[in-house]
Amino acid sequence: MNVALAKTETGRALSDAFALARERLPGAGKVADARRQAFAAYERVGLPHRRIEDWKYTDLRVLMREVLPLAPAPDAAALSHAAAALRLHAIDGVRRLVLVDGVFAPNLSEAGGLEKGLRIRALREVLEAGETALQAQLLAPDNSNPMVALNSAMMTDGVVIEVADGAALTQPLHIVHIASGTAPAAMFTRSLLKLGNAASATLVESYIAAEGTKAYQVHDALVVSIGNGARLDHVRLIEDSREAFNISSSEVTLGAKARFNTFGMTTGGNVSRYQATIAFAGEGAQVETNGINLLNGRQHADSTLFLDHAVPNCLSREIFRAVLDDRGHSVFQGRIIVRPHAQKTDAKMMTRALLLSDEAEADNKPELEIFADDVTCGHGATSGALDESLLFYLRARGLSEKEAQALLIQAFVGEAIEQIASDSLRELAIAAAERWLAARG
Amino acid sequence: MSLLEVKNLQVRVEDREILHGLSLTVNKGEVHAIMGPNGSGKSTLSHVIAGKPGYEVTGGEILFNGEDVLEMSPDQRSAKGVFLAFQYPVEIPGVATMTFLRTALNAQRKARGESEFSTPDFLKKVRSVAASLNIPQEMLRRGVNVGFSGGEKKRNEILQMALFEPSLCILDEMDSGLDIDALRVAADGVNALRSPDRAMVVITHYQRLLNYIIPDFVHVMSKGRVVKSGGKELALQLEAEGYAQFEDAA
Repeated sequence: MNVALAKTETGRALSDAFALARERLPGAGKVADARRQAFAAYERVGLPHRRIEDWKYTDLRVLMREVLPLAPAPDAAALSHAAAALRLHAIDGVRRLVLVDGVFAPNLSEAGGLEKGLRIRALREVLEAGETALQAQLLAPDNSNPMVALNSAMMTDGVVIEVADGAALTQPLHIVHIASGTAPAAMFTRSLLKLGNAASATLVESYIAAEGTKAYQVHDALVVSIGNGARLDHVRLIEDSREAFNISSSEVTLGAKARFNTFGMTTGGNVSRYQATIAFAGEGAQVETNGINLLNGRQHADSTLFLDHAVPNCLSREIFRAVLDDRGHSVFQGRIIVRPHAQKTDAKMMTRALLLSDEAEADNKPELEIFADDVTCGHGATSGALDESLLFYLRARGLSEKEAQALLIQAFVGEAIEQIASDSLRELAIAAAERWLAARG
Repeated sequence: MSLLEVKNLQVRVEDREILHGLSLTVNKGEVHAIMGPNGSGKSTLSHVIAGKPGYEVTGGEILFNGEDVLEMSPDQRSAKGVFLAFQYPVEIPGVATMTFLRTALNAQRKARGESEFSTPDFLKKVRSVAASLNIPQEMLRRGVNVGFSGGEKKRNEILQMALFEPSLCILDEMDSGLDIDALRVAADGVNALRSPDRAMVVITHYQRLLNYIIPDFVHVMSKGRVVKSGGKELALQLEAEGYAQFEDAA
């Protein structure tokens, strides 16, 4: 098949952009080789489209059309816009690590005075230093996914966090992605969190924009390894501007008896996709992955998860919800693979969509591939409007139609948020949901 | 002026007429029992007074304090003092009972142009009413009716009745699904709310409930009409003789 040889206009523009940007991208030798290979892998497919099964509901050739040029490094004006945006989204008690237009901003971050066992560096630094082990881990994600390949080729900066064996971080880490540019541009970031054996940490990721930011694209990736007996609590909040594109990937590996509780909430952005691969590498580990998309207008948000039960005796729970108004479109694709020796796997997946408008759309695609014979696996999906009998009950008690709807939506969202293990992270998610509900009016 | 006047009410659900010209007058301070066999239209009457969607009123009127109720939304009726205790109270997962009670009470007060309750006043009020109804605090923290037994759900309805202080309480089959002890607690709660300023319409299939909530008037419904009205002794007669005689009459 040589379809890909006939390059589109935008494809040509992008290869020129890569040639131009290459000089600016950190890392020589093996890193530069890996970038070239990754870019070649991306070019073979180009922007993924609906004829690729995995991208059936999120056709980037239609939705995104082109990859924008690499954002320039932020100048003083950009950094001051970013600082203003940051104040509105500041979270108490966290250690902030800020990326402005895809570049680590040390002056907006708190990368000093670290707790014992914690090390934080910028991605650029790690790629430029000769740290082969970390670089190998950073480059581990598979280029078969074109958007991961593009990120591998173009990654400009990010944060690299290492937590030593046995270290229990008391202060949550907060990676904030801020878009501040006034010209349409793309940012390519990649971060790494390496959690040692029996360590524990909390990571929040936020995606926001400074006021007046034009259409922009976030191309982000997160590589996580959770050591044996370690625990990670993780929350992602997508509050990008309404013109933004956000394509984020994560690759998580869990050691034996590790715990991973992750929650994602998308209220912002025009088109977003979060694709996560979570792999069990040691027995007795547990993953809870939950999320909710709150969409209106013409927003499109896609959560595509791949749970790889490669070893026996692991447990995974996925609960995804969506509240969709206007022409909002939410996609959930959940793939669970239970490999031949992964006996006693316990994997369950559930999706629920609340449709507030006749034109809203929810697509759910569960895929279970089970090659072991002694497992518990299941999936379920529901979608529907607000329950009329509940609405009437509330109205009979004095709530107006709008108030009754708001209370039921809040309840639906609240049930998702309850899945977040940490109290302070739950508060964050509640605040983000309240902002969405308030904006709905 | 009567508190509630239902005049020649005709109601359809889809293509079927359920009420064929029902009339009923209820004054403040009175307790009316509406009895009748299944399918006689008792619950339809309660739903139409409260404003449940899905019913088409094709004739007649309902006046509450002289105002046309049929022009009002369910929440407006509630703010004006109409309260329906549901036969099957719904479960609302994710909405804590306390949040629900406060939201509802303040919505009603706001609609009447009254100030919202302060949190301490509200909590004090809920706690004292809950205690009198044997409703543990733990229940108030749960989702509305989630995991409640049949008796607990009915007690939660009465709790709301006590909090909202409506002038008209319609109790739809309050006794269904309750054992005798649960029934007694619920009935005590209702009796405590009897007042010269408040009327009650107690809808029931069985006479049993009326041993605990003693009505001033009893109406027998059959096939969408009130076919006989009388005092509390009428309930005993029904218990002894059954509804068959009235089904023929209708």
